[in-house]
Amino acid sequence: MTNPAISASGLRKAYGKHLVLDGVDLDIPAGTIFSLLGPNGAGKTTMVKILSTLISADAGDVWIAGHHLTKDAQAVRAAIGVTGQYSAVDGLLTGEENLRLMADLHHLSRSDGRRRARELLEQFDLTEAAGKPAATYSGGMRRRLDLAMTLVGAPRVIFLDEPTTGLDPRSRRTMWESIRGLVADHGVTIFLTTQYLEEADQLADQIAVLDHGNLVAQGTAEQLKRLVPGGHISLRFADSHGFETASQGLRPISREEETLTLHVPSDGGVRSLRALLDWLDGASVTVDELAVHTPDLDDVFLALTQERESAR
Amino acid sequence: MNALHDSATMLRRNLRHMLRYPTLTLMIIGMPIIFLLLFVYVFGGTLGAGLGQAGGRADYLAYVTPGIILMTVASAATATAVTVATDMTEGIVARFRTMAIARASVPTGHVLGSMLQTLLGVAVVTGIAVLLGFRSTTGPLQWLAALGILALFVLGLTWLSAALGLVSPTVEIASNIPMPLMFLPLFGSGFVPTDSMPGALRWFAEHQPFTPLIETLRSLLLGTPMGDNATVAVAWGAGIALVGYLWARKLYNRDPVR
Repeated sequence: MTNPAISASGLRKAYGKHLVLDGVDLDIPAGTIFSLLGPNGAGKTTMVKILSTLISADAGDVWIAGHHLTKDAQAVRAAIGVTGQYSAVDGLLTGEENLRLMADLHHLSRSDGRRRARELLEQFDLTEAAGKPAATYSGGMRRRLDLAMTLVGAPRVIFLDEPTTGLDPRSRRTMWESIRGLVADHGVTIFLTTQYLEEADQLADQIAVLDHGNLVAQGTAEQLKRLVPGGHISLRFADSHGFETASQGLRPISREEETLTLHVPSDGGVRSLRALLDWLDGASVTVDELAVHTPDLDDVFLALTQERESAR
Repeated sequence: MNALHDSATMLRRNLRHMLRYPTLTLMIIGMPIIFLLLFVYVFGGTLGAGLGQAGGRADYLAYVTPGIILMTVASAATATAVTVATDMTEGIVARFRTMAIARASVPTGHVLGSMLQTLLGVAVVTGIAVLLGFRSTTGPLQWLAALGILALFVLGLTWLSAALGLVSPTVEIASNIPMPLMFLPLFGSGFVPTDSMPGALRWFAEHQPFTPLIETLRSLLLGTPMGDNATVAVAWGAGIALVGYLWARKLYNRDPVR
């Protein structure tokens, strides 16, 4: 049993009367990707800022890579790397100078620093742009440089705060590859916040949903998907006769009279779909539209964050 | 040891910024040069006569140069506040805060860089005064002493402006707060002797920090009587440096709000 890379208990933070984190507990094993999901303003960035020593929490105990967050902040800083929501690169310096700056701050020798910078430029496909000021880089290039700078110090725990927000699909995929590579090749632990559920689904071993300062759900993508009602097929009928007939014959989960639409439970498989179509043929009802819906993280996210919205 | 190493790294970063974007450095010397030309060539003839002993334009150039030097220092202080405030809005400073580096190295790098920038500005402005005909009547030893006292004062003012840059919620505010510093040479003995001023203004002019320093520079460059001016100037410089340093350190160590 190895020590967790990040463990937190009772993490609390308020700005004035506004409670941002209301007693959050975390336990993230080393060498895994943990993804924190949540709507805008849920407190994701605040959490990253606290865990990365940027701001202080009001209460709670946190251990990162075996070091206490506040009692041994410098040791925590030595173990972590942060790539924030807004690129933390020096726009006035070139890509290479940015990396060399990081190397200097990690006290690498001149030759080691130059070698490390060159390696990372290569790895992140920035060799050609190495001599240009970072301010002239595209969004994707800036993020890549940002991540490369984070890696100069070979951190054990990396915080990625919305690393792909605002990137085009191709850049996003490149970033995902890099993130997977870090865990596979170097065994680092990644704490990722994102608004993109697909991103969490693709990358994360563990996902937690943060809403109004609380973790409202935690588990693997599969576990979370099981939390919401299963898949279904939506059927929109041409007339009310068909709608009524099917309502009685198909045991729908729900019915919408105005649009003549039924939601019928289904595992989304071909066999159950064929059985359904056969039944519809036999009953000779006309279906205008059919849609197969399998549960995804969007459903989980909406279900979990909506509940609380309506509970308020 | 780490603190020195990291501060040197930060200084290199700031010097690189200055080399790459020299406009700010040029802006620092623009205003003092305009004032120098304005006061020497437009007002200089009349003001020089007012100095007594049949003084003229050349005498006024000698009189006003120390004031212009201090105006350069004040102008550079504004630039420091702007540079620091701008930098604090950059993501890279948040990155620095999450790294295991000497905490004070970020503001220290700024202060050392700005000091060099200020002294460079002072050298250029003084050079222009020499080109216009300013001649020091003293020797290298006095020049060295003048440079030393001036450097101490610049150190103090730079730490103070760094703190002003840190306390400003926006870059615009950072560019306005240090404005009054630009006028201190005018409301002191920089352009005319303080004993020509009316009551309350005269009291202020004689007791504000720029006046003893201007008088000290005058004494060290032109051989006017020193009195206790050097002592008072050093005390002001050291005091401002201490307060500015402690304030800047406190501001930088608090939780960032931007």
